[in-house]
Amino acid sequence: MGEFKVHRVRFFNYVPSGIRCVAYNNQSNRLAVSRTDGTVEIYNLSANYFQEKFFPGHESRATEALCWAEGQRLFSAGLNGEIMEYDLQALNIKYAMDAFGGPIWSMAASPSGSQLLVGCEDGSVKLFQITPDKIQFERNFDRQKSRILSLSWHPSGTHIAAGSIDYISVFDVKSGSAVHKMIVDRQYMGVSKRKCIVWGVAFLSDGTIISVDSAGKVQFWDSATGTLVKSHLIANADVQSIAVADQEDSFVVGTAEGTVFHFQLVPVTSNSSEKQWVRTKPFQHHTHDVRTVAHSPTALISGGTDTHLVFRPLMEKVEVKNYDAALRKITFPHRCLISCSKKRQLLLFQFAHHLELWRLGSTVATGKNGDTLPLSKNADHLLHLKTKGPENIICSCISPCGSWIAYSTVSRFFLYRLNYEHDNISLKRVSKMPAFLRSALQILFSEDSTKLFVASNQGALHIVQLSGGSFKHLHAFQPQSGTVEAMCLLAVSPDGNWLAASGTSAGVHVYNVKQLKLHCTVPAYNFPVTAMAIAPNTNNLVIAHSDQQVFEYSIPDKQYTDWSRTVQKQGFHHLWLQRDTPITHISFHPKRPMHILLHDAYMFCIIDKSLPLPNDKTLLYNPFPPTNESDVIRRRTAHAFKISKIYKPLLFMDLLDERTLVAVERPLDDIIAQLPPPIKKKKFGT
Amino acid sequence: MVEEENIRVVRCGGSELNFRRAVFSADSKYIFCVSGDFVKVYSTVTEECVHILHGHRNLVTGIQLNPNNHLQLYSCSLDGTIKLWDYIDGILIKTFIVGCKLHALFTLAQAEDSVFVIVNKEKPDIFQLVSVKLPKSSSQEVEAKELSFVLDYINQSPKCIAFGNEGVYVAAVREFYLSVYFFKKKTTSRFTLSSSRNKKHAKNNFTCVACHPTEDCIASGHMDGKIRLWRNFYDDKKYTYTCLHWHHDMVMDLAFSVTGTSLLSGGRESVLVEWRDATEKNKEFLPRLGATIEHISVSPAGDLFCTSHSDNKIIIIHRNLEASAVIQGLVKDRSIFTGLMIDPRTKALVLNGKPGHLQFYSLQSDKQLYNLDIIQQEYINDYGLIQIELTKAAFGCFGNWLATVEQRQEKETELELQMKLWMYNKKTQGFILNTKINMPHEDCITALCFCNAEKSEQPTLVTASKDGYFKVWILTDDSDIYKKAVGWTCDFVGSYHKYQATNCCFSEDGSLLAVSFEEIVTIWDSVTWELKCTFCQRAGKIRHLCFGRLTCSKYLLGATENGILCCWNLLSCALEWNAKLNVRVMEPDPNSENIAAISQSSVGSDLFVFKPSEPRPLYIQKGISREKVQWGVFVPRDVPESFTSEAYQWLNRSQFYFLTKSQSLLTFSTKSPEEKLTPTSKQLLAEESLPTTPFYFILGKHRQQQDEKLNETLENELVQLPLTENIPAISELLHTPAHVLPSAAFLCSMFVNSLLLSKETKSAKEIPEDVDMEEEKESEDSDEENDFTEKVQDTSNTGLGEDIIHQLSKSEEKELRKFRKIDYSWIAAL
Repeated sequence: MGEFKVHRVRFFNYVPSGIRCVAYNNQSNRLAVSRTDGTVEIYNLSANYFQEKFFPGHESRATEALCWAEGQRLFSAGLNGEIMEYDLQALNIKYAMDAFGGPIWSMAASPSGSQLLVGCEDGSVKLFQITPDKIQFERNFDRQKSRILSLSWHPSGTHIAAGSIDYISVFDVKSGSAVHKMIVDRQYMGVSKRKCIVWGVAFLSDGTIISVDSAGKVQFWDSATGTLVKSHLIANADVQSIAVADQEDSFVVGTAEGTVFHFQLVPVTSNSSEKQWVRTKPFQHHTHDVRTVAHSPTALISGGTDTHLVFRPLMEKVEVKNYDAALRKITFPHRCLISCSKKRQLLLFQFAHHLELWRLGSTVATGKNGDTLPLSKNADHLLHLKTKGPENIICSCISPCGSWIAYSTVSRFFLYRLNYEHDNISLKRVSKMPAFLRSALQILFSEDSTKLFVASNQGALHIVQLSGGSFKHLHAFQPQSGTVEAMCLLAVSPDGNWLAASGTSAGVHVYNVKQLKLHCTVPAYNFPVTAMAIAPNTNNLVIAHSDQQVFEYSIPDKQYTDWSRTVQKQGFHHLWLQRDTPITHISFHPKRPMHILLHDAYMFCIIDKSLPLPNDKTLLYNPFPPTNESDVIRRRTAHAFKISKIYKPLLFMDLLDERTLVAVERPLDDIIAQLPPPIKKKKFGT
Repeated sequence: MVEEENIRVVRCGGSELNFRRAVFSADSKYIFCVSGDFVKVYSTVTEECVHILHGHRNLVTGIQLNPNNHLQLYSCSLDGTIKLWDYIDGILIKTFIVGCKLHALFTLAQAEDSVFVIVNKEKPDIFQLVSVKLPKSSSQEVEAKELSFVLDYINQSPKCIAFGNEGVYVAAVREFYLSVYFFKKKTTSRFTLSSSRNKKHAKNNFTCVACHPTEDCIASGHMDGKIRLWRNFYDDKKYTYTCLHWHHDMVMDLAFSVTGTSLLSGGRESVLVEWRDATEKNKEFLPRLGATIEHISVSPAGDLFCTSHSDNKIIIIHRNLEASAVIQGLVKDRSIFTGLMIDPRTKALVLNGKPGHLQFYSLQSDKQLYNLDIIQQEYINDYGLIQIELTKAAFGCFGNWLATVEQRQEKETELELQMKLWMYNKKTQGFILNTKINMPHEDCITALCFCNAEKSEQPTLVTASKDGYFKVWILTDDSDIYKKAVGWTCDFVGSYHKYQATNCCFSEDGSLLAVSFEEIVTIWDSVTWELKCTFCQRAGKIRHLCFGRLTCSKYLLGATENGILCCWNLLSCALEWNAKLNVRVMEPDPNSENIAAISQSSVGSDLFVFKPSEPRPLYIQKGISREKVQWGVFVPRDVPESFTSEAYQWLNRSQFYFLTKSQSLLTFSTKSPEEKLTPTSKQLLAEESLPTTPFYFILGKHRQQQDEKLNETLENELVQLPLTENIPAISELLHTPAHVLPSAAFLCSMFVNSLLLSKETKSAKEIPEDVDMEEEKESEDSDEENDFTEKVQDTSNTGLGEDIIHQLSKSEEKELRKFRKIDYSWIAAL
């Protein structure tokens, strides 16, 4: 086990966007999340809550509503007045249609999934028919005075409830006319002039309408008579979201104070059939507004301005109380935003609308283990590359030699050549990029920086030759027989012979770059790939999956290695499997072929294949540094996993040379410091 | 004469009113409180004690209304019985003998012939909830041995048991567990709260429980101040609870209102919280109730609440959270520093009460008269704070002056000491602060006493302290140039070799002052403050010191910490006698020569009554209390008793009260106080059985004969009826109870007198005949004056009637006396 000098990088000023909407799909157990910058992410709750799909954002697309429709189709609507459908296979936007009602505030799919309803700024409710290819405008409902902020279908599909400012309307779907108009009380902590905004409504099958509003109330209405049945004052600020379980025995609301309240339908007595809604548990897992909540059969899902996505399991619904029933909090993306130029010690940081190129600092001092060395030369911000247009950056990469930078948006692909003259950098853009390279999902340079690999959202894999100041398109690997499957991850061998690519359906293909043909396919696995890399010299492909399994596949032999079979036979340590953040990067030591370096958000690990594997009784996390033990005891208890937990949260870690590591950290306090301040609450005793 | 019973110790008053929850009557007119061995019935409007239901021989542990008859009350006791009372008349109806100790009582309307009690079997710390079947019988004492098991391992406090939803289930809490037993299904659900040792869960213990009257909802209070509302508790997995949190310390009691719309909670903060609709945002408060809330009760009619407090107070609260009545017993939630004193003016017992107050407590009516605020500062009801404590108090002669000492000591070297002197004001009928002295001594004051001699010109107060001095304070009148203001100043400072002064005492005539300095007793002349003599017995530190009274005024008694009682003769300045007795309390009787001493042994406390003139005690009673006796006092009787036995004559002129460590106020009594109370109920019973006495039949026949005669002489009807009603002998026969009637000789004479009364009525008939003849003559003489003559006749008739009545009554009295003597002679002849 060697010792490393570590660059601890903390100038990556990354702030995630706040969560605006979540929508839970019961059939596929997937969660769609939209953020305030227009990004949409899809999490697979069955695959250890992995973020398996990602749609880049747009400046003008502020998503206000998100919903699933029949046949696993995802729709979003926002303040730009457009309804958009997402292609979950090609990972792009299928189409966008203007609703012609001004900004769209709310959207709901019918219980059958065949109709779509949007609430607009001008007070109109528009009904769309969902056809196999598109959506078709059907008709307008009666126009209201104020904007429609929330919508909910009755489970039978015959009526809808619409929340607006100061009132709630009940519409008959067949005729489109308003059946009832229920005025919401404006009372807000004694001030009666403020308008009452109905942020959310829910329509239950027994005719009850539950509304949440800006006065901090959860109210129950009878839709048959249009009267208020009960009112719960639960917060001193807005109640902004509501989600009801499918069985209609539980719902959850989110407030602007950061609290999430759980309501349950309990019988009044054991003999009678009368039931009542009771507020049971408050959950305080957020510090800022809870803008959106969702209710899965086993968990409450909430998100808001503090950018966390929180999964809180319902203990009474969980059969076995094990690790799967623990609280989950997702803050960082499950993909890599940083690329590294090892030769010139440069880091490229990807933001939503710009890239930053930094040169690492250096030191001439030496020290003992654990010392902090003073810098003789500080880190240098070399380049700030802004995008043109409103689109967000999908992916970016810098070549290992530091001469090429490439990034992509939905509509364009950019390639730049960098020239270094002493301490100055000049940038030259390569013009006339072909159109088929746009909307790239992954960009990768070869180790010698002579080839560029681009994974397109059409499923094609392009190889571009780079020489001098020009490029030449060499080849394109097309997807097999008719299936359009976007490639999300790329890995290239250091000798340039092999290229590995994984797609959304969890298959991994290996291509021969020299002969320009498909070499082999790794056997299918149920969980998606989170990271992969090809080792030098041995050309073994190391694959990490979202269920925390790690496989090693020999590309020349076209089979799993012996070490991988041994690991699968014995099984990983249970603490290794219980980590809740995926591995996002894998690298190798150039001189030690038995070492594998990998990290997730909270852990950095070196796997030494020459040492025995730990069993469940062994301590997985080593004491660091192990100076107190004798060598005999150390050798007896040594195992393959060397784990360090001193860096947190860890966004990127890679090996620069034999003795130097670079670690990019992003402390949570720095993120919180850049969020808007939370709502003021008086502390007791002050 | 009736034989006198043995003297026994009775719990005469000052028992805790807050031991159990108070119970309202169905119409909210009365409130029932457990009071030691009794149950007290108070009026909710007038705050007066209406009845005392006594009959239990041990501590009463539960009271409940009879759900089938709201005019009856059930009570259970540690003596193993359940009693049924008619509380309006204060009559015991029935006694059910269960046998084992009963710790709580619950009743349900659904269980018509059963009640639920808490018992403990075999092991002392394991308590069970069982149901007792009450058999129906006409006799007054019934055995009820049929017990059915309901729940095990429960807390013995009734606050931890609640029946819910009209008897469908019962909830029990203990430590971290909540158990719910369903009666129909006969199943038990058990829920556990986290009890880990970290900071958040360490105080999750359950303290009390209440059930919603109509819904399936259980409210539980916890040590960390939270209230949890449990619902869906039919399944161990699907249960859910809601938290309500306002209290910062443990929740002492919970109660739902009758309709279930409100939940009431109380705790150490002395605030009654009403949670409307049991929600967090909808709270109402009734603050500043004075002391920790121990229990909360709701009346069955729903219009009244009441809170029991730790200072032995019950506050009756209206539905709109306004306190309407206060029932205050002897305040007893704190340490008693001042001891027991008697206010000479009101004859009230005076001792520590509320923090910083002296309470005046009436022994006759077991009621607190008023509180006197001595410290006059805000008391912060919080744990761990060091407050100003009222440590000493003394009354002057005739109750004109009151001296109090208060102190606060936060560190070893920081002592704050203050003495106040209060003057009785006749206009306001209360004590007014006259003089305040800061730091009268440099160390704690150990004794305080007024010179109570009636001849003394000036009021004199002596204080003894640990700083080695005793000081004499006198009332002077030269505080200003007008000489109208009076105040207390220090007149003399005495010491004896810097020993700590521990006790001080004046002689009966006020001429001598005895001060004890650790092991040495010194005698001082109160005129010249000259040291007269010393008694150096070296038997130990002096704990008690008192002069003898009346004929024994030449003796001085001292009790040491080493368990030796010494008696010195002041005339000869020598030790008269000593005895080995570990005296804890020594009190002289102010009206006699007797002195009472209570000694402490390993078994209990023993009482000795003796005169200082001889070492042999007059009376000894062992085991008067199992616990330690702390204070005692003689209270002069209003009416002296007359005990014929020589051993009981020490109780003739004064009654002795003592206070134990658990602050129970006890006294000595024969059964005569009980006999004074029981005749009222017996009289009631006797009155009911009046129609069945033989004299009723005799008198009834006599009345029938008179009626026959009245038919014959209708004109004289008005004259005869008042005569029969006004005969005192017959009325005495009617109203006197049978057991009080005198012997047969007297009855015979009365009967004969009633016969004689009938003869007199015959003689009275002759007079009206003459009147009639005169009337006829007058009518014949003058026809013109008929109207006037008729009026004259009417007036003459009425006048004659009155005269006849008066004459008869007077003659009756004379003849009764004569005939009594004559009857005696007849019996002698027989």
